[in-house]
Amino acid sequence: MSRIAARFAELAAERRAGLIPFLEAGDPDPVTSAAILAGMPSAGADLIEIGMPFTDPMADGPTIQAAGKRALAAGASMARTLAMVAEFRRQDGTTPVILMGYLNPIFVYGPPRFAQDAAAAGVDGLIVVDLPSEEAEMLAPHARAAGLDIIRLVAPTTDDARLPHVLDGASGFVYYVSITGITGTRTASAAELEQNIPRLRRATALPVAVGFGVRTPAQAAVVGRAADAAVVASALIDTLAGTLDAHGRATAESVPRVLAEIRALAEGLRGAKA
Amino acid sequence: MNRPITTGANSLRTGPDARGRFGTYGGRFVAETLMPLILEVERAYLAAREDASFGAEFQRLMKDYVGRPSPLWFASRLSETLQGAKIYFKRDELNHTGAHKINNCIGQILLARRMGKTRIIAETGAGQHGVATATVCALFGLPCVIFMGATDIERQKPNVFRMRLLGAEVRAVTSGAGTLKDAMNEALRDWVAHVRDTYYLIGTVAGPHPYPMMVRDFQSIIGEEARAQILDAEGRLPDALVAAIGGGSNAMGLFHPFLDDAGVRMVGVEAAGRGLDTHEHAASLSRGHPGVLHGNLTYLLQNADGQIEEAHSISAGLDYPGVGPEHSWLKDIGRVEYAAVTDEEALAAFQLCTRTEGIIPALEPAHALAEVAKMAPAMGRESIIVMNLCGRGDKDIFTVADALQVAL
Repeated sequence: MSRIAARFAELAAERRAGLIPFLEAGDPDPVTSAAILAGMPSAGADLIEIGMPFTDPMADGPTIQAAGKRALAAGASMARTLAMVAEFRRQDGTTPVILMGYLNPIFVYGPPRFAQDAAAAGVDGLIVVDLPSEEAEMLAPHARAAGLDIIRLVAPTTDDARLPHVLDGASGFVYYVSITGITGTRTASAAELEQNIPRLRRATALPVAVGFGVRTPAQAAVVGRAADAAVVASALIDTLAGTLDAHGRATAESVPRVLAEIRALAEGLRGAKA
Repeated sequence: MNRPITTGANSLRTGPDARGRFGTYGGRFVAETLMPLILEVERAYLAAREDASFGAEFQRLMKDYVGRPSPLWFASRLSETLQGAKIYFKRDELNHTGAHKINNCIGQILLARRMGKTRIIAETGAGQHGVATATVCALFGLPCVIFMGATDIERQKPNVFRMRLLGAEVRAVTSGAGTLKDAMNEALRDWVAHVRDTYYLIGTVAGPHPYPMMVRDFQSIIGEEARAQILDAEGRLPDALVAAIGGGSNAMGLFHPFLDDAGVRMVGVEAAGRGLDTHEHAASLSRGHPGVLHGNLTYLLQNADGQIEEAHSISAGLDYPGVGPEHSWLKDIGRVEYAAVTDEEALAAFQLCTRTEGIIPALEPAHALAEVAKMAPAMGRESIIVMNLCGRGDKDIFTVADALQVAL
């Protein structure tokens, strides 16, 4: 069983929804980023999503745009992102790691080699924002061959007729983009989630994670009642950004504050499921 | 409408395929949130293209509102000066709003109305596409938001004011270098957030399918007219076509109706900025590598790690690190040659055109003219070049004055 499947099976057995915190690889510098990653599991991360910095993150709001910019300025690269995961894997063999990003850096790296290197580093799944199911064959066969899950994104605009097409070949879990918008902006209401998640459940047996606009423990709890996991990204990056000094450098507060927020979010999710 | 006249098995005019690919280029690399919309735009466009009333309305607006056909002008003093080929200008700078951009905007606004969309967004670099979009939105009474890089707002002030006069909201984009690439990112972000009511009116032959095909079809009116006009004037097809390339819409519009005319050489002219061997240019075909940005697979300026690099050109309209996917394909198969011209060469051509023909060209076609000035002397006096004079230079006088160190 893959690490992702095993973790969702555990969550189901514990009758709770999982927390998937996000960090941008190398933000604000490689050492701080690796320290946040290392501390995430004991702070309450059930799975971890790592952003691969890209100059033109078209689905991201200002918060994640800024994180990517800081990371690239500090020398982030695909090779460094994979090295960071490999280092994490030396101390944690069970927490699933999902890389999220845009196609071009993967395309330039070479999809077959990228899939192999990512799997070798200990990555479990890939979310590629600008790779809809229509274009998935560019990466999917290589990911499958390397044992990586391709996590499909489903949006509120994905209607019932389109759902089977989007879910064809999906594995690991399904990522529900809860709003029509960019990351870190609006938050979906409980009513919107209650309307859309069951629709998704009818179309797939895979676990459902909800992302975009989940910021507070209370919002995470709302998501936890409807879905199997909540992704929290921009709120954590805002917290990190708030600890940086005037030159955008990490301070002694950076790692502990982000991890404390992850603890609070994990607490909010506990017992969310009836 | 502007569909290929010949669609034989060996035609170069049949693309893209059903997946929006020109060879390996093109495609639909957008977030899932946008994918249903892209498919809806495609369905609506294919239906409109088959609808005679849509074509008739497009033609009516082209004639009575835009002022088409634009003339084909024999630039005799320029030809005399260069002592070589006969040079003709396809005068799309005479269109309403001063550039070829309006052709595409008319087509797409009709489509947006047909789709029932009530809000229009667009990106702009030099501001010509923004002005053309704001114009058609005023004409049809639709609200309009134009995304424009903060750097471009600074260097294209007259166009910013025009857009505002026309009732558009101009939003400054400060991410990245604040130029066209960043404006396109921001327009895509806005579209994701307003999918239900908003139509994204892309200004060039790039972006996700069906945009490269659709914009090319609307712009092909340039080449169709030019083909008929040169046959009328000279009784034969030209030896060469020359056009500037940013995203590549004016060039695609001129070239496409001639693609199957094997004897017609075609040259697309990119911006070499401060030189191809510097990092300050916008020559994605000459110096870039294939990659994925803004919904399509195409040649891009990028580093070895797949991060997109900033383009540079004195011309804001050419200042883009990518290019339409059909150009990438035409380059690879060798049907079109792609050259590059520096800021300095474009400035010289700008002045040459002004003084020999009494036409102040935009800095974008000034790049094409600089290449014409290199080609013409090496061609015989009976040779014919048709160059797309795709925009007028009123918007550029401040930039040119600055470059010539003249205080206005």
